[in-house]
Amino acid sequence: MKSENLLEIKDLVIKYETSDGVVHAVNGVNLTIEKGTTLGLVGETGAGKTTVAKGIMGIVPNPPGKVKSGEIYFEGEDLLKKDAASMRKIRGNEVSMIFQDPMTSLNPVMTVGDQIAEVIGIHQNLNKKEAALKAKEMLEMVGIPADRSIEYPHQFSGGMKQRVVIAIALACNPQLLIADEPTTALDVTIQAQVLDMMTNLKNQMNTSMLLITHDLGVVAQICDNVAIMYAGEIVEYGTLRDVFKSTTHPYTEGLFGSIPSLTADVKRLSPINGLMPDPMNLPIGCKFSPRCKYADDRCRSQAPVMTQLSATHCAACWRAGKEEN
Amino acid sequence: MIKYIFKRILMLIPVLIGVTFIVYFILALTPGDPVTIILGDQATEQSKEELREELGLNQPLLKRYADYMVGLLHGDMGKSYKNNLDVADQIMERFPNTAILALTAILIAMLVGVPVGIISAKHQNTILDRISMIFALTGISMPVFWLGLLLVIIFAVNLRILPSSGFDTSSIAAAARSLILPGIVLSVNSMATITRMTRSSMLEVMRKDYIDTARAKGVSERVVTFRHMLSNALIPIITVVGISFGNLLGGSIITETVFAWPGIGRFVVESIKMKDTPTVLGCVIFLSVMFSIVNLLIDILYAFVDPRIKSQYKLK
Repeated sequence: MKSENLLEIKDLVIKYETSDGVVHAVNGVNLTIEKGTTLGLVGETGAGKTTVAKGIMGIVPNPPGKVKSGEIYFEGEDLLKKDAASMRKIRGNEVSMIFQDPMTSLNPVMTVGDQIAEVIGIHQNLNKKEAALKAKEMLEMVGIPADRSIEYPHQFSGGMKQRVVIAIALACNPQLLIADEPTTALDVTIQAQVLDMMTNLKNQMNTSMLLITHDLGVVAQICDNVAIMYAGEIVEYGTLRDVFKSTTHPYTEGLFGSIPSLTADVKRLSPINGLMPDPMNLPIGCKFSPRCKYADDRCRSQAPVMTQLSATHCAACWRAGKEEN
Repeated sequence: MIKYIFKRILMLIPVLIGVTFIVYFILALTPGDPVTIILGDQATEQSKEELREELGLNQPLLKRYADYMVGLLHGDMGKSYKNNLDVADQIMERFPNTAILALTAILIAMLVGVPVGIISAKHQNTILDRISMIFALTGISMPVFWLGLLLVIIFAVNLRILPSSGFDTSSIAAAARSLILPGIVLSVNSMATITRMTRSSMLEVMRKDYIDTARAKGVSERVVTFRHMLSNALIPIITVVGISFGNLLGGSIITETVFAWPGIGRFVVESIKMKDTPTVLGCVIFLSVMFSIVNLLIDILYAFVDPRIKSQYKLK
């Protein structure tokens, strides 16, 4: 184990076994997050991003979800080998998570103050009064007046709810913050505020972050490294510069192609043709091959291996490293 | 909130007018002459006519209804045709028995139904879940009189450990013993409904995002279940408990008959047979008020369970 890596995921496989069939949600994912850095995990809806996050937190819904194999090292210890009680000590304390939809991720019958105080009460040796006080401090920190701590989630707007969720996630100064599309449900102005706030808080507390998103603009703004995920696999991984400047995988290329440009005069966007494959019935060979304009017979029959392109950059494509884009 | 409660109490008035009107006319229109029932077949035409005059039965229906309502507003429910006793007194004599039985039944139903529902939901699709659901299905489908007689045969006739009928109020222990069998029998239907409602309500809440949030905080499973799931699943559970309790307060005719329970359910049926209009009316009005009060209490309880409902009440 290299000591500077806070989180190292090796060959993580998670499946959902339903009565209709097996959903291959995560198929052999490798990821590394160094201390103090932010990794952007980018992919379409259904690529398995949230399942990876839940896998790290140990909250994959079981049944039907199951972590089939792999290792998740957090500070050198394999989280998958820990028992429920020691995982609970890590969750919310050392690793915490911000969920996708602030409208539904707060308990509607508890005051926001109580919800923040709950996580503080579990992980820090504070009595009820002290925890409530700390909860108020956290609210102030995310820009909500402390006297609103006795209010319920329905009395807050979407952006404010997301701030509360962030306050819960950061209340115990976690080492790693997993943010699952923290801004998707918010409108653009609020998005910018929330992102700014998260970046500031992260820098203040020196927290590492796994940012899950499908918004490449957000990635460019705050990530150090980027992992592109497709159909449960990482297809390209590198620093922000690697992925944005020397894009290698055709899927990543396609993602950039579908973003409107402010400078180029383009009449139409060029979206990626086709749909995400059904995760119950994944294609043989490269999973992106049915949608890939470069695909040949080998792509359709043999899954590509991760090719190291430079010290920091790798991609899972047969063309990677052979020809320059 | 207080304004809301006051409004709800005012809304009782049209409900009661409607109830009395319907019951009064149904009783007046059904065949059978109360005078004949009171005096018997052998009575002379003259004595019948005198009694009719005395009871005001030869006046037009609407006039009689109006007189009755005026009396009711003065707190007078009239006198029974059968024994000339005050209706209100007779109800108050029997209602506590029914109320105690209803309370016992609903407590048993809740104490069994809610935990079984929770366990069933937490272990969805396992053998535990299947067993609880079979138990609930049986509870809903089982005829009350059959279960009642079965329990009497087992516990009163064969084992001789519990009384077979009646309400022995000579001591608290004796009262408790006589409550056990009818309480269980009366609770079975509600218990099954509460179990099923708890299960489905819990299953719905279990999949909510805030449960993930709670888990991600490192909250223990017990706290997740009770503080985060159950408190959000309570509204439908309270609703069925309330409706069941309201129904039970009306008295269960079958259970009260099987166990010779001196309650209001049997009293109403006997009065209907006798065409004892004042008594039936009195009982129905009393029970509708009770039912409405229980409903109101449930609505108020909602506000304490769910802050979103509370803030709605404030607006009204």
